[in-house]
Amino acid sequence: MDLIVDGFLKAFHLLISLDREVLGITLLSLQVSGLATMISLFLGISCGTAVALTEFPGRNLVVSLINAGMALPPVVVGLFVTVFFWRNGPFGFMELLYTPAAMVVAQTIIATPIVTGITLAAMQSLPKKLRLQILALGATRPQMLLILMREAQLPLLAAIMAGFGGVISEVGASIMVGGNIKGYSRVLTTATVMETSRGNFDMAIALSIILLFFVFLINLALTLIQQRERPR
Amino acid sequence: MKKGSTSKIILTLLVFIMIICGIQGHVEAAEQKTIILATTTSTQDSGLLDVLIPMFEKKTGYFVKTIAVGSGQAMAMGQKGEADVLLVHSPAAEEKFVADGFGINRRLVMHNDFIIVGSPDDPAKIRGIRSTGEAMKKIASAGKLFLSRGDNSGTNAKENQVWKVAGINPEKEKWYQQTGLGMGQTLNVTAEKKGYTLTDRGTYLALKKTLGLDILNEGDAILLNIYHVVEINPAKWPRVNVAGGKAFADFMVTPETQEVVKTFGTDKFGAPLFFPDAGKKVEELGK
Amino acid sequence: MPMLTVNNLKVARGGIPVLDIPHFELEAGESLAILGPNGAGKTTFLLTLARLLIYSQGELLFKGQDISLPELTVPYRRRLAMVFQEPLLLNTTVFNNVAAGLKIRRMAKQEIEKRVSKYAELLKITHLLNRDARKLSGGEAQRTNLARAFATEPEMILLDEPFANLDAPSRDSLIDDLHSILRQTETTAILATHDRLEALRLADRLAVMDGGKIVQIGACHEVMNHPVNEVAASFVGMETVFSGYVLKVADGSFVVAVAGHAVEALGNVEKGERVLCCIRPENIIISHDNAMEGTSVRNNLPAKIVKIIPQGSFFKVHLDCGFFLAGYVTQQSLENLSLKEGKNVTVSFKATAVHVIRREK
Repeated sequence: MDLIVDGFLKAFHLLISLDREVLGITLLSLQVSGLATMISLFLGISCGTAVALTEFPGRNLVVSLINAGMALPPVVVGLFVTVFFWRNGPFGFMELLYTPAAMVVAQTIIATPIVTGITLAAMQSLPKKLRLQILALGATRPQMLLILMREAQLPLLAAIMAGFGGVISEVGASIMVGGNIKGYSRVLTTATVMETSRGNFDMAIALSIILLFFVFLINLALTLIQQRERPR
Repeated sequence: MKKGSTSKIILTLLVFIMIICGIQGHVEAAEQKTIILATTTSTQDSGLLDVLIPMFEKKTGYFVKTIAVGSGQAMAMGQKGEADVLLVHSPAAEEKFVADGFGINRRLVMHNDFIIVGSPDDPAKIRGIRSTGEAMKKIASAGKLFLSRGDNSGTNAKENQVWKVAGINPEKEKWYQQTGLGMGQTLNVTAEKKGYTLTDRGTYLALKKTLGLDILNEGDAILLNIYHVVEINPAKWPRVNVAGGKAFADFMVTPETQEVVKTFGTDKFGAPLFFPDAGKKVEELGK
Repeated sequence: MPMLTVNNLKVARGGIPVLDIPHFELEAGESLAILGPNGAGKTTFLLTLARLLIYSQGELLFKGQDISLPELTVPYRRRLAMVFQEPLLLNTTVFNNVAAGLKIRRMAKQEIEKRVSKYAELLKITHLLNRDARKLSGGEAQRTNLARAFATEPEMILLDEPFANLDAPSRDSLIDDLHSILRQTETTAILATHDRLEALRLADRLAVMDGGKIVQIGACHEVMNHPVNEVAASFVGMETVFSGYVLKVADGSFVVAVAGHAVEALGNVEKGERVLCCIRPENIIISHDNAMEGTSVRNNLPAKIVKIIPQGSFFKVHLDCGFFLAGYVTQQSLENLSLKEGKNVTVSFKATAVHVIRREK
């Protein structure tokens, strides 16, 4: 129990004193996961909306693939990304392994199916005729899509939170493709694992608390936006 | 309501730009000459590399990507040409590695030693026994809890070597548990469960204060943990950074580096964690 | 020039033809009601007219202009409005909902405010403008839907069974308000519905659809009184519907002149008004030699039996007394009175049996 209290105190101390290394790790965590989330939002929302609103042969197969993708184990993604990006792999020439860029790639692959799946469900839950009604009001196709997305705001914001949550907390793929290199590809989650394996539990707890703090902060912001639009 | 959406869009763009700038900075770092150094978790955990790597990078301008994994994985990486140089401590496996043509210029760098630790009340009564093999036999016959890392690491390899010498196969015994964890964690589990384990001195010293475990066997020659640096053979893998690997290996055996190795840890633990051995022969090692 | 011209319109879904309209015209300012069973193609027709459904072949002319080109679709849609059975409101205030079509057209904020208040008033929802659309009753929601449609000041409005989900009182008041708005704004309208009373209250012309085709189309009482086939007959031709001028008005009752007869009825009308009335077939009494005179039945008219149609356990009798009448008689009465086609009889019905469907000044 004192360990946890110690952890809190250490976390507080590290943040207040603006410990360079911890700050760097934190910033990198937010940058990598933030970028991955944004890319996955772009891909996921467009893909999810397209599949939700279009009829095409093999649609059921695509939807089940998306849903299966939501449960894709991050470690598996990490493994495959590593194999693709290592020197002798098909993308070895890009020299991306053990870089933050590779972490962004892995995290994007993890988050995109989640965002797509939730967007798909959200758009499909809208009344079927709503699309026709909006078109009947004279909307162009882009206008119609924007209005539908605004209608599905609540679940779409949940999709953002789910995507971000899934990757900021991710550790298996991040260690594999990032290498947990000090000052370069070390993020909060990978640093926590390392400190734990070293037995530095107080440091590990401190890093965990910092991670939880930022995750909570970001989700708070998104939740406020989500709930603000809710009917009073 | 329109105004609200505009500010949201601006905010998003700002965040996006901040992120891109950040990542860009890191990408630039990587565009320098890069070396992939595969080493073990215990080596990294000792903290020695946190001192040596910056020294090397400053001196040569290389950017070193230190990938700390188990010895097994490190050598597997070397075998696949996914690393440029190895710093490991699994002599038997290293010899095979070089014999198979994967590594060249294997050079002795330093050594530290392993110790057997356990709870102060020493249930198997091994304190004072000079031979490590005998101590292990006693733990086995008393059936007292022994924790193994069980992860193909250098430490694990050493542990298996000792069991072999003692003539015991602990694999299926009830008192033998494999954690699959790093050294620090394994020590914590050992302390929790009041068992015995084999550990490198460095990790033990680093955690000594909070552990509550005592050193119950040390000094036997078999417990020497010997570190070599091995360059990866470019003949097998043309993409290996040959010059970089060599530069790092050379660095590890220079007198200045060896001096740093000699004094590392003294201020923190009162005793050095490593003993520099560059240029010596393996047979010469030992107290 | 007719507002809408349709030639050889065919729509198929999965290879099966669902709509086949060889020719159809709609005049500006006209209100047309389309009656028909479920699956008749009413919704398909409306969606096709709004270019929300693709047609496999055919010609669609709006004010003489061919609007089949893809780039004309959105501008064309912006000249009409479509109202569905479900209100399909957006997750926001009533004001924003009514303004939805205007925002899509990128109208200036002040213009939007003016239009919204004007049409909110016409639909009697001004007091609801700041309320969240999800907290409205069924009737209020549909009013908002209609306000949203009318606010765009469409040249043509298409309504697909807009009152089907409402309870009777909401429906009645809304139908009245819709009728007056249509008159006021002179908007051309097509209304698809199940309910013939609704159709009669709102439309100038009536069309009957079945199996994707328009089976009959014409002025209200024509179609009502002369259904062309069985299907049409199941929707129309079951009641007597006539149109006449109000001659006299007394306390709650009036006399209407129709086809040379003076019919007494109950209702609040004004002298000189044109009214559309109906009488249920159960309320028609057939007798010989004016046998009902002197009883409480106020209307006794000479008529000729035109047709007798067996309806299973009873008979439907079509009569002509200058205007079309439909009545039911039992087998017994048919035999006892020896009713036969071509026979002259007296037709009687009480003043209370006459329902006023619509009044025009």
